[in-house]
Amino acid sequence: MDPMQLPPSAGVFLVATLIKLLLVFTVYMIAVAYTTFAERKISAWIQDRIGPNRVGPWGLFQVLADGLKNLMKEEAMPGAVNKPLFVLAPALAFIPALIAWAVIPFGAPLPTPWGRIDMVVADMPIGFLFTLAITSIGVYGIVIAGWSSNNKYALLGGLRSTAQVISYELAMGMSCVVVLLMAGNVSLNQIIVQQATMGWNVLLISVAAFIFLVAGFAETNRLPFDLPEAESELITGYHTEYSAFKFSLFFIAEYANLITASALFVTLFLGGWDIPFTQWDNIGPATVGKSLATIAMFAAKVLFFMFFFIWVRWTLPRFRYDQLMSLGWKFMLPTALAYIVIVASTILGLDALGLVRGSWAYLLTMMGLNLVLVVILFFILDRGRLISPADTRVSGARLEALRRRAPRRANFAPGEIR
Amino acid sequence: MGINVKVMERPVGEVSYVRATLSGLALTFKHMVHPHKVTLQYPDEKWGLPDRWRGTHRMLTTETGAAKCVACGLCPTVCPANCIKLVPGEDEAGNRYPLVFEIDEFRCIFCGYCQEVCPEEAIHLGRHYENAEFNRERFVYDLERLTAQTHPVSELWDPADPRGE
Repeated sequence: MDPMQLPPSAGVFLVATLIKLLLVFTVYMIAVAYTTFAERKISAWIQDRIGPNRVGPWGLFQVLADGLKNLMKEEAMPGAVNKPLFVLAPALAFIPALIAWAVIPFGAPLPTPWGRIDMVVADMPIGFLFTLAITSIGVYGIVIAGWSSNNKYALLGGLRSTAQVISYELAMGMSCVVVLLMAGNVSLNQIIVQQATMGWNVLLISVAAFIFLVAGFAETNRLPFDLPEAESELITGYHTEYSAFKFSLFFIAEYANLITASALFVTLFLGGWDIPFTQWDNIGPATVGKSLATIAMFAAKVLFFMFFFIWVRWTLPRFRYDQLMSLGWKFMLPTALAYIVIVASTILGLDALGLVRGSWAYLLTMMGLNLVLVVILFFILDRGRLISPADTRVSGARLEALRRRAPRRANFAPGEIR
Repeated sequence: MGINVKVMERPVGEVSYVRATLSGLALTFKHMVHPHKVTLQYPDEKWGLPDRWRGTHRMLTTETGAAKCVACGLCPTVCPANCIKLVPGEDEAGNRYPLVFEIDEFRCIFCGYCQEVCPEEAIHLGRHYENAEFNRERFVYDLERLTAQTHPVSELWDPADPRGE
């Protein structure tokens, strides 16, 4: 057999992994830097402004100027902080986002004269569980930052972050269970292969994709879930006491998490590096062309979702804290649980009927079921009953009773603006 | 329910979250791709100033290049901020001229009374706003500096419509 298609020897594997490590790290860090630039540009365009454009061509060197500025600034160490944890926290916020990239496959295997190199830094058989475990650690950076700062606003930010991540991690994990049901495996490579052959998960299990996306926003502390830093309430929350490059590191962590969340969503629900509507990228021997095309496809998908994260941030206002909790516990978690049951019983039923996984009948059944569920969820149940907390769902006799209890507001006519 | 939580009556059957979010996304996307941007590229482009803009002063000169000022003393008298320092002098022909004429632009409140009161139309406020300096002393404009200014002067009233109608 062609040696280019065989797994490499141990030495080649080691060297290749080191090279991949370096490449992924470099590309990732540059991407993180330019995500900050993209955020500023897109926010400016959305607000009918122009955005940074004075440093270098089209303002492209703005990120260097920002980085340099943060490096040169005075690093203030407040007197009453817990020093070891205070220094540790920014790194702890950033490193998990970086580590999660180790297991995300970003392209079809690359054939080289020394053997076939997988386009993933570490092809772990438990890759998916690894990402779940690692991304959960990221929140400790924020919590520790909030606690070690010895500042009440920072502490409140850290507490909010804890509550938020615990609430949404559940829904996220539950929505991932459905992905595992579809793939029958926890290896990210296998999940991609399943989607390449059966069709993307976003069509087959759209409700799980939606829940994962919303939970992803919450996990990365992006608007509309940026309660941990809520400028108007908590100054800037957990990084109030940080300055210079430690502060910068929190920003890098935020954008690193954004990229990682986009990449995870793409891998789990959008087929990873799979090119849609064709099969030539999945079958047959590996070629260099296939590798490059799939890497480009993966980059395009991830870039789109990074744009989506930024786009949503500049569209939606922040949730109130009770809305956040009620969305997480009263809507996302029950929906995700019910969805597991529905998908599991559907898969069981289809298997019992003898349908082959990946056949047209199987796919159409799954897609039809999801279409119905999406319509029910977004157009029938989404009538102010799902997300708004119990307090605002007052009407009728209960409202009348409340009005009697609060005589100051009794004179308002219905529909009047207060 | 907490104490004093504002209770909003809402048409529960009509409000939505997912659809409202989607329409919001459509709106922001429309603004993002819309070519009209409101930013003015300041150092490269500038807004035009209105005719009645009152900025830092300028002393007008005669054809010979001397200041028009006759050191009558009306402007330091009328100045409500007391920012004009005038020491009058007299030449051999008996014409009065300012020996010292200094305006402290930090004290000045840019009311325009000096321009209004000046019988020779010598001192004017300017249509000008870029006044940055490296030290405070530089903000006391002497006569030489005031005559050297070239920016357009303020029209305190429209000559065609003196009563502002």
